[in-house]
Amino acid sequence: MTDQHEMEESQHHVVSPMIYIIIGGSLLVLTGLTVFASFLELGIFNPIVALAIACVKAVLVVLFFMHVKYSSKLTKLTVFCGLFTFIALIGMTLMDYFSRAWGRW
Amino acid sequence: MSDSTRVAHGTADSLHTGGHEEHPAYLRHHFENVEQQADAAGFAMWLFLLTEVMFFGGMFTAYLIYRNWYYPAFVEASHQLNVVWGTLNTAVLITSSFTMAMGVWCAEVRKQAGLVLCLVLTFILGLAFLGIKTVEYKEKIEKHHVPGFHYSLKSFTNPQSDPEIYKEYHDKPLGVDMARHTEIYFSLYFAMTGMHALHMIIGIAILGFMIFRARAGAYTSGHVTFVENFGLYWHFVDIIWIFLFPLLYLISRHAN
Repeated sequence: MTDQHEMEESQHHVVSPMIYIIIGGSLLVLTGLTVFASFLELGIFNPIVALAIACVKAVLVVLFFMHVKYSSKLTKLTVFCGLFTFIALIGMTLMDYFSRAWGRW
Repeated sequence: MSDSTRVAHGTADSLHTGGHEEHPAYLRHHFENVEQQADAAGFAMWLFLLTEVMFFGGMFTAYLIYRNWYYPAFVEASHQLNVVWGTLNTAVLITSSFTMAMGVWCAEVRKQAGLVLCLVLTFILGLAFLGIKTVEYKEKIEKHHVPGFHYSLKSFTNPQSDPEIYKEYHDKPLGVDMARHTEIYFSLYFAMTGMHALHMIIGIAILGFMIFRARAGAYTSGHVTFVENFGLYWHFVDIIWIFLFPLLYLISRHAN
């Protein structure tokens, strides 16, 4: 039983609570930052900064809270493929909507 | 997210001459070992989450297109949302994600009391989020900002009629044509936050079930798959909110 337990331990990475505390803290700080940034006059960069901070937060959650950093290659590939498909679909849709009427007004 | 259920061993045993080697009760017979079983469950959970990404993705795409077309309406409509409530709710949800992550850790190192505590905290924070959301929805209903139900353009065609918002942002009156498009903003607002809230409600219901199972010691004997995969679901719901918050609440908060 102890042998088997050790085997599990070696293959299944247990993320330490310290990492969760650091990530949770940074997520709260980034939330404050995005609210602060939204009150600044940045013109076109307001939505870009907001989305960039949201993406950083999402990546932190996926990598650490969702353990993808410590997961198998299969999981990493699955997550990457999903995001790639999502970005391709949303990107192509938006390109179509924003460019279809170009030059017609 | 399959929980451990006992598999009838009778027929399987007679096929494998020599019987089966000692293995934990939660290892199902069609898996080689515990590791493979956990990997398969995790993979399936991620596939489910990707379908969820596509589901919410459709609404995010609709949001981006309409925001691009009717930007002035989106700015003034988003001024109706309360940043303080929104920020507080984001903090509540991130904290609940943290307690959930700690719950998974407790299950992995077999700390039953810690796991129950973490699940209860996550449960309470989830309810707190929904409570704050209810306060916000109530305000929208009172102001007639629910699309399709006596929707009122007054706050947008005549911003001064809404002094609380006006003193902060000094919005200029919108023409009726543009003001009408605030209804699209609120349709998206209710569709997106409503679907998000539905996911929270489902999550909280599962959490309630898990608290009972955890108290019985179901997750602290080495089989953490259910807790781990529920954690993935809960963090996913958190990520959706991480994007909803800046997109819906923080469109243009600087005074013009």
